[in-house]
Amino acid sequence: MEVLKTYKLYIGGQFPRTESGRSYAVLSQSGQHIANACQGSKKDIRNAVQVARKAQASWAAKTAFNRSQIIYRIAEMLEARKGQFLEELQALGFDLKSATQEVETSIDRCVYYAGWADKYQALLGTVNPVASSHFNFSVPEAMGVVGVVACQQTAILGFISQVLPAIIGGNSVVVIANQKLPLCAITFAEVLATSDVPGGVVNILTGSVEEMLPTLSGHMDVNALSLAQLDSAILEKAQTEAVENLKRVMSYSIDFSQSTAQGLSYISDFQEIKTTWHPVEQIAGGAGGY
Amino acid sequence: MLPPRNNPDLISLLAKSPTIDQTGSIERVARIQARSLKGAAKLQGLRMALSMIDLTTLEGKDTPGKVRQLCFKAQHLHDQTSDLPKVAAVCVYPSMVGIAKKALGDSGIKVASVSTAFPSGQAPFSVKKDDTLFALENGADEIDMVISRGRFLAGDYQFVFDEIAAIKELCTSARLKVIFETGELDSLDQVRKISDLSIAAGADFIKTSTGKIQPAATFPVVLTMLGAIKDHYDRTGQMIGMKPAGGISSAKLALQHLLLVKEVLGEAWLTNEWYRFGASSLANDLLLQYQKQLTGKYQSAAYFSID
Repeated sequence: MEVLKTYKLYIGGQFPRTESGRSYAVLSQSGQHIANACQGSKKDIRNAVQVARKAQASWAAKTAFNRSQIIYRIAEMLEARKGQFLEELQALGFDLKSATQEVETSIDRCVYYAGWADKYQALLGTVNPVASSHFNFSVPEAMGVVGVVACQQTAILGFISQVLPAIIGGNSVVVIANQKLPLCAITFAEVLATSDVPGGVVNILTGSVEEMLPTLSGHMDVNALSLAQLDSAILEKAQTEAVENLKRVMSYSIDFSQSTAQGLSYISDFQEIKTTWHPVEQIAGGAGGY
Repeated sequence: MLPPRNNPDLISLLAKSPTIDQTGSIERVARIQARSLKGAAKLQGLRMALSMIDLTTLEGKDTPGKVRQLCFKAQHLHDQTSDLPKVAAVCVYPSMVGIAKKALGDSGIKVASVSTAFPSGQAPFSVKKDDTLFALENGADEIDMVISRGRFLAGDYQFVFDEIAAIKELCTSARLKVIFETGELDSLDQVRKISDLSIAAGADFIKTSTGKIQPAATFPVVLTMLGAIKDHYDRTGQMIGMKPAGGISSAKLALQHLLLVKEVLGEAWLTNEWYRFGASSLANDLLLQYQKQLTGKYQSAAYFSID
């Protein structure tokens, strides 16, 4: 008898079962039962946000170069586990060609965002002209905890394309994985757990988007939402609930396999701009300045 | 050195202290910890826990400003939520009692002062006496004294008994809480013994810990102390208060403590007259959970005052 794997959640660097004890069957495109996944609950979201909040400050405080190294390490680990991802995608019904393309583009995207870690600040930050003797400058800062509903069309590429720009900018994330194709997301968690990403920076839940999203969008300790390809009714509800604590809601209806699905703008989507006025003094009677 | 001399009455009193079944205690509290309050009962429990807090700051770096800030917080837990209960007391060092007393005015919130060379208790009795008198003269409503753990562990029970009794004599109108620092007492049998001794010496309240040592208010320790209070009540009809302190930082833990006290001692103890939590960060978590119960939305600490 074949024993089907039950994929668990990824919260705070651990792999717990859902607090609710529920699971659901993961089916291939032909309707074959290939694995089980945890059916996450409200309380799983609560636990995940709690650890994400705890992990965020120290993650953002790491040097940009260190964050770059860590994201690059993800690419290396993905490469090493390429076979496992291909196997899972084929079991789900992808052909080898499209599976290979999805995994390879995902790896490229990791390398791409690793490179941005110590560069986006220079491009998003500005020195502003002001009409007083102040040195006035603006710098990007991480927003905090970002709730992600991963792309429901791709198994891993959309997930990575949404999560990486958020974390490279110093945010921590709570992700609701693709409901029908959750396997690669949890396998990606195994990558994260072995690639120096501190526990709690990325938290991954599987289950019903409709059930879990309201908890995330109404959560007062979540600062922004990254949503992809949601039904307009679900999206509208999430936007309405997000108003309570002025969450920024980014909704993407893009094809994540395109090269336009990566870029600086996806990083700046989860950055706040902080502007500082610094008095410019005259030093020793000379023409002061900076 | 002469062996410590304990008078025969005290020896026979302590001989009656039962030994505590540690495994049984752990299993009993595990059953209570598995329970969960929901809905209206939870809301009521959270309010009750708030009203039982001794809001505490006991740091070397405490300033008058910090104490005034804490007193403000005690009176304005979260003004956006109407109809919240007030905390029971503010707990400070003796040097801050006068400032707290003035800041709290006629709010009805009491001022508790730690005393007797808190937290170690390693000072001559004359110092402990002055410490207590100073707090009382400045208007402390309650005295939280520490016992001499070293003397207790050395078997000098008479010394510990006399010290508590002498401090109790000074507290003419103030209520006396006796802190055991159970994290230093090693076994539940010792906890039971010091509970019986303190109650006999005149404690109005018994309190687990200073908050400076871990472990502090663990459930088996609290259960043991509640057992001593219950036996004393059954024997004499006199109620003694209970104050767990140290490490109770979440609403969940606080509610479990309330379940425990209700199960062991009954409803009569479910008021801040007889039950207190010594805590600094508990109040905010209770407020967060209270707000969550009201709105159905998980809350963020960013919207609640730090202290």
